[in-house]
Amino acid sequence: MKVFGFMIAVLCLFFPCSSAFAADVLNTGDTAWMIVATALVMVMTPAGLALFYGGMSRYKNLLNTYAMTFVAYCLGSVIWMMWGYTLAFGPDQAGLVGGLENLFLRGIGVNSISGTIPTYVFVVFQMTFAGITVALVLGSVVDRMKFSSWIVFTVLWLTVVYSPVCHWVWGGGWMSKMGALDFAGGTVVHINAGVAGLVLALVIGKRVGYGKEAMFPSSISLTALGAALLWFGWFGFNAGSELAADGVAASAFLVTNTSAAMGALAWMFAEWFVNKKPTVLGIASGVVAGLVAITPAAGFVGMSASLVIGLVAGVLGFYSVAVIKQKLGYDDSLDAFGVHGMCGVWGALATGVFANPAITQGAKGLIFGNPKQLWIQVMSIVGTAAYTAIATFILIHITRFITGGLRVDEENEILGLDNTIHGERAFEID
Amino acid sequence: MKKIEAIIKPFKLDDVKEALNEIGIQGMTISEVKGYGRQKGHKEIYRGAEYVVDFIPKVKIEIIVEASRADEVVSKIQDAANTGKIGDGKIFVFPVEQAIRVRTGEKGKDAI
Repeated sequence: MKVFGFMIAVLCLFFPCSSAFAADVLNTGDTAWMIVATALVMVMTPAGLALFYGGMSRYKNLLNTYAMTFVAYCLGSVIWMMWGYTLAFGPDQAGLVGGLENLFLRGIGVNSISGTIPTYVFVVFQMTFAGITVALVLGSVVDRMKFSSWIVFTVLWLTVVYSPVCHWVWGGGWMSKMGALDFAGGTVVHINAGVAGLVLALVIGKRVGYGKEAMFPSSISLTALGAALLWFGWFGFNAGSELAADGVAASAFLVTNTSAAMGALAWMFAEWFVNKKPTVLGIASGVVAGLVAITPAAGFVGMSASLVIGLVAGVLGFYSVAVIKQKLGYDDSLDAFGVHGMCGVWGALATGVFANPAITQGAKGLIFGNPKQLWIQVMSIVGTAAYTAIATFILIHITRFITGGLRVDEENEILGLDNTIHGERAFEID
Repeated sequence: MKKIEAIIKPFKLDDVKEALNEIGIQGMTISEVKGYGRQKGHKEIYRGAEYVVDFIPKVKIEIIVEASRADEVVSKIQDAANTGKIGDGKIFVFPVEQAIRVRTGEKGKDAI
């Protein structure tokens, strides 16, 4: 992302150098691309993720998973405009959070420009990231959470966790000052959501019958379709994070696809070898693993690096989910931590290794002679994970207090949430 | 009258239906059921979570016939449904107390 350019633009609100930047000029090519990129990222949540997660949920909870995803996106859409954007991208307060100058998007108008695109486009683009990040978290707690609790938690989490972390990395906060590299959201989105999901899963507890009863995914076809939509939308997620229609965006576009494909193949072959059958669920999961891992690295690494990133992501994802999770016995139901958390960590580290200054100036990794970057990446991972874990833990207890408990009754859990919360059936099959 | 209940492999349904038509049995009721006997289930693995699926899909055919025809019908079903492999199914015969045709109210033999 053009963090430096944007940071300077923001700093000029305070320092008398605005005359030097009076001409932030709108570029119609960049603007057109960014509007499209935003729409691409939008489709990832109510369509891509909803189908991906819904298809993996048990049939009796398919709609509830859908509902949680949809409502997360809708809440994100609204909260971001009211106070989320300003907390993330408002003027920096001690490196920790943005100021409230842009509350309800005050101070931003039709002619406001950020870099080469209308600020409004930037606002909406960033909003789609907020929406999907919180939606990712629900993957850990499907089949058992009260809908009211999810709504309250979403509002709190976007405000207290997502917006500050976003500020740290992209809004001019301490991580960007430290030089952490995160092109499209390895820390802000995937590690953030993955760790939060794990905390939620541990606090809410396992599903009734977990480990004993069979819990079949309702529809692998929906999950595969969801993965394909996520892949499509991810082009907007990664290539769009350049905030411009240029060579770096093109490079991000290329490595995104390569990593996704490698992730899919790697997971498929790993599963084939270990379980003797290549599953479609595995292929779809590998796609997402590859996409997650390339996210922080997209505008910084070359094609060869993306082959490695995708390969490791696929194997690591499979191992985390099929081996580690089974051994440790926690119920991160749809593997928000196993795929997004773990592969996000790998991606953030890989960025520190493979960042090539020939692609984005100033972004140099270990193999190009800058071992310090890897250490910076480690600090950004640890900082994100620690803050998210603690803050999420506190927020979930506040949520429990506000909604009088987090879990549905055992009887309702057994009957199914589509029926007991929504009064609906996912499919009317004779 | 007798009721013949046959649990067979689903793909054998058409063969059984044809065979019964040949001997003049023109009606039946079928339901999709699950079950197992000596045929073992299979394993499914979803992201490392392994499940053994014991119950195998089968089709249940129910036919009501005159007592004198029961043996003939049973034998015809058994021939048609047989594959020689484990899981071919079972046939049961029950006595029937009464049968009524809904449209006309006919009872007994005239109803089947």
